[in-house]
Amino acid sequence: MATAQGAALDRKKLMADPIMVTTIVVLITFLTLFILYPLAILLIDSLYGDGNGLSLSVFKRVLAMPTFTRAIGNTLKIGFVVGILSTLIGLLFAYVEVYVRMNRFAGGLFKLVSMLPVVSPPFVLSLSMIMLFGRSGLITRFLLGIYDNNVYGYWGIVIVQTLTFFPVCYMMLKGLLKNIDPSLEEAARDMGASRWKVFTDVTFPLMLPGLGNAFLVTFIESIADFANPMIIGGSYDTLATTIYLQITGAMDKVGAAAMAVVLLCITLAMFAVQKYYLESKTAATLTGKASRARMLIEDKSVTVPLTILCSLGALFVIVMYICVPIGALFPTWGYKFTPLTFKWFGQVFSKYKGLKAFRDSFVLSLIASPITALLSMIISYLVVKRKFKAKGFIEAVSMLAMAVPGTVLGVGYIRGFSGGLFRTGFLQGLYGTGAILIIVFVVRSLPTGTRSGISALRQIDKSIEESAYDMGADSFKVFMTVTLPLIKDSFLSGLVTAFVRSITAISAIILLVTPSYLLITVQINEFAEKGAFSIACAFATILILITYGSVLLMNLVMKFFGTSRKIKED
Amino acid sequence: MAKEKKGVRLEHISKIYQDPKTHKDFYAVHDTSLEIEPGSFVTLLGPSGCGKTTTLRMIAGFESPDEGEIYLGGEPINALTPNKRDTAMVFQSYALLPHYNIFDNVAYGLKLRKMDKDTIRTKVLDILKLVGLEGMEARMTNQLSGGQQQRVALARALVLEPGVLLFDEPLSNLDAKLRVSMRTEIRRIQQEAGITAIYVTHDQSEAMALSDKIIIMEKGVVSQMGSPQEIYYHPKNEFVADFIGDANFLKGKMLRHEGGDGIVAINGTEVRVATADNVADGAETTVVLRPESTVLGDQGYFPVKVIVSSFMGAYQLYHVMLGDTKLIIHEYNPKGKKIYAMGETAYINFEPGNAHCI
Repeated sequence: MATAQGAALDRKKLMADPIMVTTIVVLITFLTLFILYPLAILLIDSLYGDGNGLSLSVFKRVLAMPTFTRAIGNTLKIGFVVGILSTLIGLLFAYVEVYVRMNRFAGGLFKLVSMLPVVSPPFVLSLSMIMLFGRSGLITRFLLGIYDNNVYGYWGIVIVQTLTFFPVCYMMLKGLLKNIDPSLEEAARDMGASRWKVFTDVTFPLMLPGLGNAFLVTFIESIADFANPMIIGGSYDTLATTIYLQITGAMDKVGAAAMAVVLLCITLAMFAVQKYYLESKTAATLTGKASRARMLIEDKSVTVPLTILCSLGALFVIVMYICVPIGALFPTWGYKFTPLTFKWFGQVFSKYKGLKAFRDSFVLSLIASPITALLSMIISYLVVKRKFKAKGFIEAVSMLAMAVPGTVLGVGYIRGFSGGLFRTGFLQGLYGTGAILIIVFVVRSLPTGTRSGISALRQIDKSIEESAYDMGADSFKVFMTVTLPLIKDSFLSGLVTAFVRSITAISAIILLVTPSYLLITVQINEFAEKGAFSIACAFATILILITYGSVLLMNLVMKFFGTSRKIKED
Repeated sequence: MAKEKKGVRLEHISKIYQDPKTHKDFYAVHDTSLEIEPGSFVTLLGPSGCGKTTTLRMIAGFESPDEGEIYLGGEPINALTPNKRDTAMVFQSYALLPHYNIFDNVAYGLKLRKMDKDTIRTKVLDILKLVGLEGMEARMTNQLSGGQQQRVALARALVLEPGVLLFDEPLSNLDAKLRVSMRTEIRRIQQEAGITAIYVTHDQSEAMALSDKIIIMEKGVVSQMGSPQEIYYHPKNEFVADFIGDANFLKGKMLRHEGGDGIVAINGTEVRVATADNVADGAETTVVLRPESTVLGDQGYFPVKVIVSSFMGAYQLYHVMLGDTKLIIHEYNPKGKKIYAMGETAYINFEPGNAHCI
């Protein structure tokens, strides 16, 4: 059939809009250059890397390394266990929050637990784990008198990652549970099912795809995690750390590229399952909006034990986080606890160039975050509101970035830009500069921003923008006067999320940072590896203060300048 | 008020969509040609999925036709983006800009046209007066009722003095009473402004009340075009007859034509039908009878069995069975007339002028 004319007209209309066309071209260039190209070069490297033309010899070589094959097994095992544990704990918390009447105190704890991982650098829990349960740990050694407790290794990683990632599951599952129409459960109850039966026969089956989703998201996070295995893994290596060591230790960049391809394949496969299979299923089973508020469980024999259990868990997590700032105040961790001192904070600045580290991290993140926020809003706008040929490409690539572990991206940038594009020297100047660090920050935060942007934009009735278009505004004008003001909140929070993610990022950055830039996270990692926990804690504390401060600032700004409350009341 | 009333012409317009489930292409609109006179009020009427909204959105420029050309005031506009077309649309969801107040909503298009502040102010206040929203210009959109929001949407479109005003089911979100009063209002304003209007709806009474001309669409093609009277009294096919008002269909055979009337045999009885020139002698035909022009009596064409008899106030509603065919009858002003009860037998009667063949 003659769809050609319609397509041609659509194209013509698009071309009549130069700003739009430029935006699309710039976007495609950016995505290709900084997401697709570094991944492609890894593949090229690992297939041609040994100089004998196209062959699998590099893969054969790395797969023959026992360290590497062991790392694959370790990574998958940890990912699996952490995925299961996080999902279950997350489910417990979500269920209690949505179904059980809680007192204000427990509610506050829950909120804190969901927020702490967001504002903290990724490896904070590893630090506190070592400080509380390690050989000279506060709890193991001084409370329990155990002198040879070893937290390093498998269990250390599992515990730390579970505590870090379960709040994400909790938030995801909470959203799902809230979307289950209470009348479904009431109907089952009415037909004579016990509360437990309702859970197993109605609630649980409805949530199953959502649980699978939470599991896979955690799984991907876990196998992509670099910082925790680095600090608490000891000799237990995962893929991310093995790749890092292959580059920094063995100086085998081609081998690292092949390893990165293997890691990428695992995450991509998981991501594909999660995105295309489970997400659609979740949406299919839970389309209904809750029609009424749910009758909360008030039975004390249920509420009291559940609330206590979860509150204790939450308290434990909070103690773990608090341990870091307190650890920075002890004169010598593990030996001398009083008097509390600020000397480590002093040393951060006097001895270890703290000011430069904070300035570098702060400035680079500050530059990256508006770029990220704007870019992700533009991508979301194009994806949700416009139709054009390259749209599928833009959407796919920006989502792809979500499945790329930081370490993989880092190796890709090293291989892709250290000798210029395809080692031609073109764009070589980028390598080793602050610009490439900013680009990495942007790429790393782009998927999160885009995802929240897309869901914000889907809330806006398409005809609102169409009406502006109809009244004579071009696309740029529509975006600036209608779309952006309506998603101001989402934009602001995207801005802060990008900032927080950038300033706490480590996995890709650690491979790319040069001595001319000092980044806080890299510093913390270095001191933690050296065993200088007090200094690491002091750095981490200041970092947490910065990120927490920026979140508070955002909330304030939103309160006063956010989308008019008058609109929201609707 | 409009700078220039413009006509709209669609020449062999088609729009092809892909079915999201089967991935098969299908025609949402197929080979549709229309001519809309400048200054007239035309309604596109049809059930959901008939292509009426797609047609409207092609005129506005949100969709591009896959075949054919659209003309606005004689100019081809296929390649123009919506913001360059001399059309203004009133959306089903009103689509008011929620972060602007009423004044800014109405002024939005004028500001884009770079008019000076005083002109904008005068124009906006004038138009708000016309739609009955004087003094409300500082309110936010969510402080308005549905009907008021609808007026803002209308004002916002009118103030641009477009060549054509487009309405996409603008009243479907309002309650029944308000819908009736708003449609009178829309008709008044359109006539005062003397503007060409194209109106999409699935509500036949709305179409009847508003339009100079109704275009009935079914499955992407135009079934019938004409004045409300033409469409009501002379529907071309069962679909149109059934869609506009209630209709009874009696299957029969055309025996002969007599003095302009047709004589049709139904169930062995000869009945006289005024409009029958379209059917040849000896052909199978269907006689269309409106419920209000059919009466029950103790004598008549054929006996029927009453299965429902309810007092509706203005009329007595009957459902009667003629063999296997159910007929609906509205006996208006029933006071003082003989009322048949359920289970009774009565006879059907109608004037030849009230029936026609399709």
